[in-house]
Amino acid sequence: MKKNPILRETSHLLIPTILLFALYVQFHGDYGPGGGFQAGVIFASAIILYALLHGVKKAEQVVSLNLAKFCAACGLLLYAGVGVFGILLGGNYLDFNVLAHDPIHGQHWGILLIELGVGLTVASVILAIFYAFTKFEK
Amino acid sequence: MRNIFGVIIMGGMYSLISAILFVVLDAVDVAFTEAAVGAGISTVLFLSAFSITGKHHELQRKNHLPALLVVITTGAALIYSTLDMPAFSDPQAPIHVHVAPHYIEESYAEIGVPNLVTSVLASYRSFDTLGEVTVVFTALIAVLLLLGAIREDEQ
Repeated sequence: MKKNPILRETSHLLIPTILLFALYVQFHGDYGPGGGFQAGVIFASAIILYALLHGVKKAEQVVSLNLAKFCAACGLLLYAGVGVFGILLGGNYLDFNVLAHDPIHGQHWGILLIELGVGLTVASVILAIFYAFTKFEK
Repeated sequence: MRNIFGVIIMGGMYSLISAILFVVLDAVDVAFTEAAVGAGISTVLFLSAFSITGKHHELQRKNHLPALLVVITTGAALIYSTLDMPAFSDPQAPIHVHVAPHYIEESYAEIGVPNLVTSVLASYRSFDTLGEVTVVFTALIAVLLLLGAIREDEQ
């Protein structure tokens, strides 16, 4: 990648912006377009862009395959866990009304948490699939 | 087109144009997903699959009659089934009179989230979304098993 200074410098400018935009899409999904799924994809694409320009080995120093696998499971568990937490508080599975004193606040909490779970899982899965493809040897 | 690399890039461009079409149709959330997944991630994944398989691929150049028949039959069946659909943007179509009016009128009072798409996806249909996240997670397990990335770590 030393031969392509334009690509390298552009990526240095773009990658932080993409990561920030992913966080914006994640936490502003209640108010604007977006949500966990889109945010996860955008977040993963920033790291994939880094991997394409600087090599997978350097990208794995940022997020390793094992960390991605771990986070994928964590996101799904967070989502399912919010549902179980609702049962423990006396509601139905994935009933957000009981998560806080006010049903509307409960809905906000529930949506924030499950969107976080979705984003975490989607970002890690896409990254892990990308690593699995690039590390594949016949 | 016989150049697989070209086909992959064309696919990405097609997705980007679809995304613009979705914006024109006011489906911003769908456009977002299409641009990120269809144009971005799918292209990268296709290219990485191409880098594993492409070098050893030989294209079959002779015409395949049964394949053509299957494609024509499926296409004809799909076109035939569209004749039964309600007219475009018909307000009395079943999809517009079932639960959609309730979501549009009551969702802000019930959920308190301005983005209707988010309140439907995350709250009214959170079971669906849980299923989708499970499917994404299962896809990861399948890919890791197929490509042997799990075995590598155990050594």
